Order: sequence, then structure tokens, then C-alpha cells
Amino acid sequence: MIRLVFLLLTLATPLRAESIVLGLSQDSVSITASFDGSDILIFGAVSRTAPEPTDLGPLGVIIAVSGPDQPVSVFRKARQFGIWINADEVEVDRAPSFYAVATSAPIADILRDTEDLRHRITIPRAIRSVGATVSDSAAFTDALIRIRARNGLFQMKEGTVDLQQDTLFRTSFRLPANLLEGDYLARIFLTRGGRLIDEHSTVIPVQKVGLERWLYNLAHVQPLLYGLLSLVIAVAAGWAASAGAAALKR
Amino acid sequence: MQLYLPIAEVSVNIFLILGLGGLVGVLSGMFGVGGGFLITPLLFFVGIPPAVAVATSTNQIVASSFSALLAHLKRRTVDLRMGTVLLIGGLIGSSLGLVLFNYLKSLGQVDLLVSLFYVVFLGIIGALMLIESLNAMRKARKPGGARKPRRNHNWVHNLPLKIKFRVSGLYISVIPPLLVGVLVGVLSAIMGVGGGFIMVPAMIYLLGMPTKVVIGTSLFQIIFVTAYTTMLHATTNYTVDIMLALLLIVGGVIGAQVGTRIGLRMKAENLRILLALLVLLVCGKLGLDLILQPSELYTLKVPGAA
Repeated sequence: MIRLVFLLLTLATPLRAESIVLGLSQDSVSITASFDGSDILIFGAVSRTAPEPTDLGPLGVIIAVSGPDQPVSVFRKARQFGIWINADEVEVDRAPSFYAVATSAPIADILRDTEDLRHRITIPRAIRSVGATVSDSAAFTDALIRIRARNGLFQMKEGTVDLQQDTLFRTSFRLPANLLEGDYLARIFLTRGGRLIDEHSTVIPVQKVGLERWLYNLAHVQPLLYGLLSLVIAVAAGWAASAGAAALKR
Repeated sequence: MQLYLPIAEVSVNIFLILGLGGLVGVLSGMFGVGGGFLITPLLFFVGIPPAVAVATSTNQIVASSFSALLAHLKRRTVDLRMGTVLLIGGLIGSSLGLVLFNYLKSLGQVDLLVSLFYVVFLGIIGALMLIESLNAMRKARKPGGARKPRRNHNWVHNLPLKIKFRVSGLYISVIPPLLVGVLVGVLSAIMGVGGGFIMVPAMIYLLGMPTKVVIGTSLFQIIFVTAYTTMLHATTNYTVDIMLALLLIVGGVIGAQVGTRIGLRMKAENLRILLALLVLLVCGKLGLDLILQPSELYTLKVPGAA
């Protein structure tokens, strides 16, 4: 009997006092011909099995959405022989093609650095670069972040998660038009006093559909046919324009 | 109005791309250049990935050149025999060029090399054409000094394998046009252009062909060389964006018809001065980009996409 109680206790401990319940405005993103970026609304609630443990510090919600990872080469130009050429290169082994972080408060207040390091939450942590031969390789990853941020591909939005009564939260992300296809991962972190207390993740597939899908597949599966098709269109269009111009002249 | 491009994977404004196509189409019709040396940098500028821009512009050149060629065929200003000789050279050249291009790619710095090629060739050709055309204009203006037909008998006319090119009014060896074709083919593979801006002056100054015939003949050669390049890009890199090409084509073919009419109404010298200035303008822009300190020293490259 005592053993059974003990067993129940050990089973019960992983049950967190506070956990995440999540909702999304859309389960997937379809890239159609008229696709011009998309907004995704992420909302949810904090469910509790016990009264709110306010003595452990303030509650924080951090939501990170990341696109498919790719290796990226970062080149730096330098002046040689009077012209600017790519002199140094750093290979970033893995960088997300899209990365956005939204938080309910300034990130320093709700996330400890050790937790950030472990879970790769903030933008610099999400980029991995090993074995860089250039001494100041940090400047290269900074440049990567700067350039992608300028294109709307990296977003750091502190304080944009609307957290109400420490229970309901919601935020929206803007996915830009130059979006890469693939599975986008939305991770929701719940912190208390900077410490992670729950994590929830969900996948949002981003896919081309319809004509976009068909053309993309044709180009990759039947490249010869695709090439011939584009040439036929080109020649036909050229002929049509010529015939049209002749008809107009008459 | 926005359109998402399936291969380039970016969203673009339809009217912007139509406008770009139209602009380059007018130039194509006027000068007999494919316009690749203009459209490719312009596409980079609006945010199309470089590999897609290069591949797709070759497809666009096929359409605009075909439209312009039909207009020239009607006026019998195409030397088909000369065009065929140039084409044979061109196909040999572009195959050689592709081998060279891939070798340079393995060494890195291919972007720089392409830029340098542009600056050097555009600079030399633009300057030569401008000087020659200005001289010709000055001579034509002199009272009583009507322009003599140029009959420069140089080494070109002393080579074996002579063929009669009736439309051009030439009786010369096939070796010089064949070499011009090879050179243009090599350059077009490396620079990702049709090569008209090199071929047109080479035909005028090296082979001594009449300007009116030169344009139609160069268009004839460009169509086949760019069609060949399009197929190479489509089958090896999958970078031809058919939607982008279609937009450029619609703009381009209309522009080419307009351009051909403008070209026929203008004097040959004026036409050449304009082309020379245009070539020098692009050369100057690319040259400045190499010399001036760029505002962003860093660039990103994603393997596969670029």
C-alpha cells in the first residue's frame, strides 16, 4: 500500500503546476500565386493544477517561430588592388531561413541566459556556427542577423505577447512574402522567474499550392519538359506580338 | 498587384516586372542586343535571386529576340548564311564557356570575375563605338564630303575558305565570323547574356557588315544561343522561373515591336551613338560598384539557391 502511494507520487511529480494550452489561427500556410505574406495568430492559455505560485517570480511567455534551417555562407568584402572583393568567408552551419521571437516582457526579465543557451531561443542562439577560421567570426553572424532582420526574415519583438491576468496570451507573426517552403516550428515557452517551466511546440507547414506547386514540381521532376515549355512559350509570345503588331498596322 | 514566383520564391509587383520587360524589349528591337546585360542586373535590384535572374532572362531574350527577328525577316535584313556561321561558332563557344565558368566557380570569386568581364568588355566596346560613330557623323556633316562606303581591306579578306554572303554584300572567309561566334559564345556563357552588345560591333568593325543587316543577323544568332542556355539552366540548376519569364516576355515582346520601328526611323550613326552611351552607362555603374566602398560589406549566400 505504501509502495503504491510512493509510485503514484513519483508519477505525479512530472505533472507541472502550470502548463500551456495552445491555439493557432491557421494550421498551415498555403502559398498561392497571389501570396503576399501571411499573418499567423498564436494564442493560448496557461492551465493550472494549483493556485498561481507568485512567490517564484513573474510569469513570462516567449513564442519563437522558426523556418527551415539552411547552411549559409557569409562573405565580407575588403579592398584589394583598388576594388572591393569578397575576401573572407564564414560558413554558418545552420541558420533558420526565418526566425521570429515574441515575448510578453523584455527578454532579460523573463529568461535566464542558461535557459536561452539550452533551448536556443533568442536569434543569436538559434544560429550555429562551428569551426570558423576567421578570427572575428562574431561579426559575420552579426551581419547575417542584420541582413536577415532588414529583410523581415528575423524579427525580435519584445513585449508583443499580450498576456492577460497571467492566464490568456496571444500574439501575431508576420510571415514575409519571400518565404521558404517547409515546416515552420512554433515553440511556446512558459517561464517563471526566468526559469523554464513548460514548453510546447507545434508545426505549421508552409506549402506552395495549385499552379505554384505544379510548376515547381514540373521544374524539378521534368526539367527537360519544363525547359522546352518555357521556350515554346517564349517563341509563341514572340510570334504573337509580331503578328499582333502586323495586324494593328493594317 | 503582387504575384508569388514559384521558382524564385519571392513575391513581386506585376507591373514593375512588366515595365522592366518592356524597357528592355524596346532596346532589343532598336539595337539588336538581347538586353541581358541590362535585365539581369535590374532583376537583382528588384530582389530576384541572382541564379534565377540569369536563367530567366535568357528565356526572356529568346522571346523578345524572336519577335524582333520576325520584323527584320519581313524586311529582308537578316543574313541567314552569316547567322548560321556565327551560330555554329556560338554553340561551340558557349559550351567552352560553361566549362570555364564551372572551373572559375570552383575557385570562388565568380561574381567578381563576371563584374570585371562586364566592366572591361562594356568599357572597350562602348568607347570604340562612340569614337567611331562620332567620327562618322563629323565626316557626314562636312560639305561635299558625303560618307564613303567603308571598304577596309585588311587581313580578314586574305584568309582561305571564302564564302559569298549575298545579303551582307561580302565575299570573305568563314574563319573570322566563326571566331567571332566562338568568342561571343564564351562570353555569353560567362556573363549570362546573349552577347549582342559584343557581336554587333564585331560584325560592323571586324567583318565590315552593313549596320541594318547586322541587327537582324545578330538576333538570329542570339535566339539559338539563349535557347540553348535556357535549356542548360533548366536542366542543371532548375532556376528558370516560367512565371517571371512570362511577365518579362509580355512586356518585352511589346517593347521589341516598338523598338524595331524606332530603330528603322533613326540614322545608323545616331543609333550606334545611343547604344555606345548605354553600354558605357552600364559599364560605369558596375565599375563604380567595384571601386566605391559598399554600404554593406557582408553578403549572404545560400548553397543551392545561389
